[in-house]
Amino acid sequence: MLRVEAINIKKNFGNRKIFSNINFTLDSKNVLGITGKNGSGKSTLVKIIAGIISATNGEVKYFIDQKHIEQPEIYKYYGFVSPYLQLYEEFSAFENLELISKIRNIMIDENRILSLLERFGLLDRKDDYVREYSSGMKQRLKYAAALYHKPDLLILDEPRSNLDSDGIRIVYDIIQEHKEKGSIIIATNDLEDIQLCNNIIDLNRIPK
Amino acid sequence: MVYKIILGIGLTITIIAGLSFPMVEIPRFWYEMPIVPGLEDKARIIFFHVPTAWVSVIAFISSLYFGIKYLRNSEYTNDIKSVTAASLGFLFCILATITGAIWAKFSWGTYWNWDPRQTSIFILLLIYGAYFALRSSIENEEKKATLSAVYSIIAGLTVPFFIFIMPRIVASLHPDPIINPQAKIHMNPTMLIIFLLSLIGFTGIYIWMFTLKVKFSILNYSKKMKEQE
Amino acid sequence: MRKYIIPIFAIFQKDFKSELRTRYALNALAMFVVTTISIILFAIANETPSYEILAGILWIIIFFSAMSGMARTFVSEEEKNTVMTLHTITTPVTVYFGKFLFNLILLIVINSFSIILYMLLMPNFEIKSPDIFIVTLALGTFGLASTSTIIAAIIAKSNTKGTLYPVLSFPILLPLLLVVIKATKLALEGEIFSKALPDFQVMLAYFVVITAGSYLLFDYIWKD
Repeated sequence: MLRVEAINIKKNFGNRKIFSNINFTLDSKNVLGITGKNGSGKSTLVKIIAGIISATNGEVKYFIDQKHIEQPEIYKYYGFVSPYLQLYEEFSAFENLELISKIRNIMIDENRILSLLERFGLLDRKDDYVREYSSGMKQRLKYAAALYHKPDLLILDEPRSNLDSDGIRIVYDIIQEHKEKGSIIIATNDLEDIQLCNNIIDLNRIPK
Repeated sequence: MVYKIILGIGLTITIIAGLSFPMVEIPRFWYEMPIVPGLEDKARIIFFHVPTAWVSVIAFISSLYFGIKYLRNSEYTNDIKSVTAASLGFLFCILATITGAIWAKFSWGTYWNWDPRQTSIFILLLIYGAYFALRSSIENEEKKATLSAVYSIIAGLTVPFFIFIMPRIVASLHPDPIINPQAKIHMNPTMLIIFLLSLIGFTGIYIWMFTLKVKFSILNYSKKMKEQE
Repeated sequence: MRKYIIPIFAIFQKDFKSELRTRYALNALAMFVVTTISIILFAIANETPSYEILAGILWIIIFFSAMSGMARTFVSEEEKNTVMTLHTITTPVTVYFGKFLFNLILLIVINSFSIILYMLLMPNFEIKSPDIFIVTLALGTFGLASTSTIIAAIIAKSNTKGTLYPVLSFPILLPLLLVVIKATKLALEGEIFSKALPDFQVMLAYFVVITAGSYLLFDYIWKD
């Protein structure tokens, strides 16, 4: 069971205050929503949770069955999807997933790669270079990449960006499925997305 | 305040003494200094050149120290201290290079001859130059502070190599007043006292400039912070 | 051990495959070496350069070809916005050693090419002590790869990437360059192996110190 704890997170960029006093606890089978106007720091907070950037103050802790996970190791426990995350354009979709699996040091499971690509409707284009993909297809591939290692936590920044209605339906199915066993963090302003959440942090309402 | 007055008067006296005390064959009075064979009056540079070189090294070390501190707690004041030390170090390093070159012209006949000491100070100049070039090419303040601290640590790691390599590559003609016990310049007590006073005085000036500039930068920073709100 | 080796090697493989597909670095680097050596040949005309100058020029070529090719690994991640992706799939240490490995191999390839060309074309360049020469080259390449990797990681975050690279690298590389040039001269003069031993110790120590420092500091560079 994964538990994520944020304690007094504060972030400044130089002398600009983004947010402070962010506290939350996220357990399995829960969905945490992060909302706020453009520029309120949704993506920044999500990146801090994922350990991509460091907070000015405070910390985010990951626990598996009460055992604290060291910061450099947390990447193993989440899958991250966002519009600003890029995959390697000079490789094909299949190669990208293969590569990620190797870098993550997981046995390459071709069947899993193929079934994920099928699920996101990319199977017939699996050997095309990612640079030839449309932005919606790239977004679908990012989901496949984030789910490959069966993470406990899904971090979704703007989950519907670039997706068509078909893509959004697949993502919603994924979210519903994942909620049964793991936890999800969604950074969004979409009302429909917010309805999925059972806990919400509104960055505009938290005093700086 | 008192400390600044004492520093001002003390350093003035030291400079005057360093320039005017006579150098004689055999010193008999308290104010007389021995002649250094081959250097004569040119030996007086020791009172000004060595302290500037000394300060530039001190500044480099303190910049490194505050850089490491910044990496540990990302407190912006440490970055301000680090960059202030580096900028003063750069200034003193240029002074040391110029005074050294002028002295070299009169003692060795050329301004520059890649003596190990000259090479070392040249490398220090290069490191400082690279440090500021790096800082000016990064916009994000935190990134700027972190990367320049990392760079100065890596630069600091190479220093021991120079100390080891330099003597193996070329022999030095540089007079060696403090490091080498068999000094080529034999200082009598008068000379030694003036030299030490000058060393202390220059260090004092460095500390004074340092605290002043740090205070100024911190005020500037908090003013910007207020404007943001 | 396997836990670390496989991901490091995967990063290396990714860069290697990407390089084979795009040939960003290799072609340009090979041409760079050819142009530089021909300029030098024109400049020295029919003179016979001394050993000291031959050794110096060789390492100038190696230094500048490293400076034009080694930054690629980090700069391309930064340009393609894949830095964050790497953050979400592995540890900084893995990235550092993967990139180091790639730079090392690239440097070995390009240095071998430079030296073969240099031996064929430069007058008076005869290696009389191959043992000294090979060890110098190997240790020099390791040190150069180590420094150029960490400095590349730094400049990838800055705005003036290309120009800044040699500026930042040179003062750091200078102790290594001084020693390898000296040892190369010994190899040309045909000295016995033991004469170059102290220099080898310096090169080895340099590599170890810079790599250990990079390992400890890379986290700060890598994280935004």
